Amino acid sequence: MKHAWTLTKVRMRLALRNRAFIIFSLFIPLLFLFLFVGLLAHDDPAAVGYRLASVLSLTVMGSFWGLSVQLVTFREQGILRRFRLTPVGAGAMLASSILSNYLMTLPIVLIEFAVARFVFHMQGWGNLLGIAALVTLGMTAFPALGLIVASVTNTMQETQLINQLLWWFFLLLSGATVPLPILPDWLQSVALFVPATYLVAGLQTVLTGRGGITAIGPELLALAVSTGVAFFVSQQLFRWEAETKVPRRAKLWAASALIPFILLGIWETSRNRLRSTALMDYMSIQPQSDTARPDANK
Amino acid sequence: MTSPIIAVENLTKRYGDTQALRGVSFSVQEGEVFGLLGPNGAGKTSTVEILEGMRPADGGRAEVCGLDPHSSGSELKELIGAVLQFTALPDKIRVSEALNMFASFYRRHRDTGQLLQRFGLEEKRRAFYSQLSGGQKQRLALAMALVNQPRVLFLDEPTAGLDPQVRREIYAIIEELKAAGTSILLTTHYIEEAERLCDRVAIVDHGQVIAQGTPRELKHRSAGKTRIEIRLARPEADSALAQLEAVSGVHSTDGVHVVHSTGVPRTIVALVKYLEAQNNELSSLEIATPSLEDVFLELTGRRLRD
Repeated sequence: MKHAWTLTKVRMRLALRNRAFIIFSLFIPLLFLFLFVGLLAHDDPAAVGYRLASVLSLTVMGSFWGLSVQLVTFREQGILRRFRLTPVGAGAMLASSILSNYLMTLPIVLIEFAVARFVFHMQGWGNLLGIAALVTLGMTAFPALGLIVASVTNTMQETQLINQLLWWFFLLLSGATVPLPILPDWLQSVALFVPATYLVAGLQTVLTGRGGITAIGPELLALAVSTGVAFFVSQQLFRWEAETKVPRRAKLWAASALIPFILLGIWETSRNRLRSTALMDYMSIQPQSDTARPDANK
Repeated sequence: MTSPIIAVENLTKRYGDTQALRGVSFSVQEGEVFGLLGPNGAGKTSTVEILEGMRPADGGRAEVCGLDPHSSGSELKELIGAVLQFTALPDKIRVSEALNMFASFYRRHRDTGQLLQRFGLEEKRRAFYSQLSGGQKQRLALAMALVNQPRVLFLDEPTAGLDPQVRREIYAIIEELKAAGTSILLTTHYIEEAERLCDRVAIVDHGQVIAQGTPRELKHRSAGKTRIEIRLARPEADSALAQLEAVSGVHSTDGVHVVHSTGVPRTIVALVKYLEAQNNELSSLEIATPSLEDVFLELTGRRLRD
């Protein structure tokens, strides 16, 4: 743990000296905030919480990208090789990735939350405990998925390709950009197997104040289990050197990190819980005159 | 004799179709500077990386400080220091940050301020890694390797790619470590480095140790073949020079006749007489005592940098 903390501090300093990090981690999330909350929820304080859920989700999810790129860069440049000669283990290296990301993303989440509350006049505070739990588990689960991406890709090109695919899945199918209830029925069914859907839906529930921590139990459990599995798998597949290629079967093993979401997807398909909640959260921000209401059970 | 600090027996390693090591054996005593000398691709780095615990061997036995490098994990890492063939650190890490970070990884570590001073990096302590020259980066790599007061130091081509002045600086540091009794395993393809720094040398070629001993012992193998390099006013046929007394071989390149002799004074007297008879003149004459390069050439038929 001591090694992980030392690495965390150094990695935070390195990140803060990196202009690209400042742009992608601070300015882009704030841009999202003004786009989603400023434009989509204008003049409607009731909708601010719902739109803020999208912004916070994008901030939390986006961390998987930077983390995988950084680890692959370190590996390709031969930086990780030097650490291998020391008593530092793969676990400490990976934990420092997650911890430094958490400590640097948390202030941005807090700024977004504060701007939504005080500049865009969000109604109430939402369920603070639920928000904290989802943000925290989201900021461990998604970076851990990023670590898996770094583990199963051999080159930066491969890493970026997988990141692009995942990002578009997360962006379009989670409800973060296009609300889940207005997606075609079959896409809503697919979305139930996408990890990001649970983060977005959970945050919508707690930020609109429509539910507390008990209402988001399955989401929290899935994110927690996913963190554990993804961390364990990436530790097993961790490579210190670019020359060590990942075995083909390891890529299948890496998919095991998605098992919690596959199980949850199956459960949700039979229960229809998330889709109903998402619909109710969505309807709560629609003007009363709006008659074109999507039907969750169609 | 006490048990060696590094013991290697019949080490083998294969990468795909390439057999990198074909039964390497040697041992290093405590306080000794041992060199693995050979051309690129000879198997030096593979040997060192197995001993550092960075990759497993396919066969044979390796022991460092009485531990198996592959299975001992961090226990061995506390005891060794290493300079890799290419050390890379993040561009934006400061010199003092890097050294302090590496120091914190070990249970026992040296004062990093003193190390910076000793390696002439005190003024650069706030500099980013990307702002350092090649020599400064290598001095930092050496400081990082020594930060845990290692019992054994592995130096993999520590001066490769550095200019001669920086190379001499690094030699001075290694000589200082040698005087302090640090056990060092050094790989190099520079003859001068092996001759100047190593107590004993193993010559490695195609994944095998083809000779080992002190530089003096190894050169003694070629003692019967001192090289005389001569330039003549008018070139002579190699076959004619080969007939001179005590000459064991002749070859010529670019107008220089290289004559190998088992009795230098007799060969020179015979040469002068021969040239007089031929009405030829000597433009220059150099006597080169055998070097490890000659030993390598004799053993493999190739030059080290072929």
